[in-house]
Amino acid sequence: MSTPEEQLVLAEHPVPEAPPEKRDEARLARRERLRLLARSKTFLVGAFLLGVFAFCAILGPAVVPYDPFGAPADLLDKLQPPSTEHFFGTDQLGRDVFSRVVVGARDILAVSLAATLLGAVLGTALGLVTGYFRGVVDEVLMRIVDAFLAIPLVILATVALVALGPSKGTLIVVIGIVFAPIIARTVRAAVLSERGLEYVEAARLRNERAPYIMFAEILPNVTAPIVVEFTVRLGYAIFAIATLTFLGFGVQPPSPDWGLQIKENYVILNSGYWWPTLFPALAIATLVVGVNLIADGLTHAFEQ
Amino acid sequence: MILFAAAQLLPGDVGRAILGPFAAQEAVDQLNEELGTNRSIIVQYGDWIGGVLQGDLGESYAFNRPVGDILWPALRNSAKLALLALLVVVPVAVVGGVAAALKEGRARDRIISLGGLSATAIPEFVWAVLGIMVFGLWLDVLPVTAQAPPGSDFLTQVKYLLLPALCLVFVLFGYIARMARAGTVEALDADYTRTAVLKGLPRRTVIRRHVLRNSLLPTIAVVATQVGYLFGGLVAIELIFNYNGIGQLIYRAAQRQDFPLLLSASLVVGVVYLVATLIADVLYSLLNPRIRLASSES
Repeated sequence: MSTPEEQLVLAEHPVPEAPPEKRDEARLARRERLRLLARSKTFLVGAFLLGVFAFCAILGPAVVPYDPFGAPADLLDKLQPPSTEHFFGTDQLGRDVFSRVVVGARDILAVSLAATLLGAVLGTALGLVTGYFRGVVDEVLMRIVDAFLAIPLVILATVALVALGPSKGTLIVVIGIVFAPIIARTVRAAVLSERGLEYVEAARLRNERAPYIMFAEILPNVTAPIVVEFTVRLGYAIFAIATLTFLGFGVQPPSPDWGLQIKENYVILNSGYWWPTLFPALAIATLVVGVNLIADGLTHAFEQ
Repeated sequence: MILFAAAQLLPGDVGRAILGPFAAQEAVDQLNEELGTNRSIIVQYGDWIGGVLQGDLGESYAFNRPVGDILWPALRNSAKLALLALLVVVPVAVVGGVAAALKEGRARDRIISLGGLSATAIPEFVWAVLGIMVFGLWLDVLPVTAQAPPGSDFLTQVKYLLLPALCLVFVLFGYIARMARAGTVEALDADYTRTAVLKGLPRRTVIRRHVLRNSLLPTIAVVATQVGYLFGGLVAIELIFNYNGIGQLIYRAAQRQDFPLLLSASLVVGVVYLVATLIADVLYSLLNPRIRLASSES
């Protein structure tokens, strides 16, 4: 029994007359995965949360009720508690916390995506090369990963960011470079199990060049672990970037970044002003949980 | 090594950083001469390593005191916090992980697994501010700084450390519970468990004697890998709770370009990590006769 949706899909994409068996299998596997994902509650909830924040990041500045960067007149109603006028209250400069939380999604999403992407591209290339060639490069890379893992990420990044000066660009490069060897290790493991397979052997016998074998033959077959690793790393990237911004090494004021908002406002917690801290904190928590739910859903779907 | 190279990239002039922007250039040069920071990088590194090997960590530029004097109290503070957090989180997480594994795939498992995953994913400074709000502000039961007044007794110190430790419990619970769960699932599936069940042992005994012992092995390894983080990665927590641990020390040293302090503190974090890994290996072989026998044969 196939569902109506599936029949529709089949009708729209008739199976070719004499399909190359391998491609057909791959497509079936992909469709099966998508079906599993669509039924996975964790994935759907995660995707919904990420979608909400993506919406905030893209359209936020256009739809928020107040200017997140504030105006001099705002100072008159600073530190107002949440009300129907200001859903999340106002901060020390009288800026609307709700507007700032919505617009703040932009920086953290952009920076963490860029950093993870950089790490994934570098890491995939490294992992393919080391997994395919093995040897000395492989050994060296694994030792570098070990060294990275021995020192907490926050310390590495702190030193690097003090050295290079805090900015969005530095943050992206530092996180990307720290992630690259870790992602490389996952890719390498996947490549190691692929390189002994017949299709690689066949390509080698056809006298294909090594880069072609790595990127055109092996890479498409290791995308599943790369996608999973990417979402897992994205979660860590948000964790790290929020923490570093909180420490003052990321985007600088007056950006409405969430980590920065907490940094600016947690000191007045003790005086009872909880709202300028609570809402950005909840936003960070919701976003990382969303990304991790997606990663969990993907892991389960790809492991079947 | 990596950190030393990175530290050398730090821009600016150490003498200038200490004396401030208005000091005369001659004074800056003279201070650099005294501190030895005008020499080449390699000479400085050789000098520092030579000192470390003789137990001398050098002199902190920013605090103008021997690094050891600043480092050891901070290390002791970090150790207190780490110990308290581990004492709470390890039993809770192991029980949680095993409980989840015994009901694999059912509601209890999903709740513990996803809850742990979510708690772990949330940065610790977010837990910290939420914790301060709930326990410090609304319930008003716990102090919001971690540093107990000097000379306070053991229980007071624990009370002051409870809130930061609680944040760490949230962050670590997921990791440890996941490993405990995976280990238990594997042990439940193993032939020896089947044998134990088939020979008629009660479920309790099977779990205690056959499953738990094997499921705890991976847990030890993951606890060890988190020790480095517990000692050095807590910059944000220590900052929020105003606690003088290694994390905050590294943060300040990096900001003030205090190389000897920065390097020594990072070195100590690395050493703590190595020692923790070593202890984990020893524990591992004590708990696992297979490894013990294998190594004595070879």
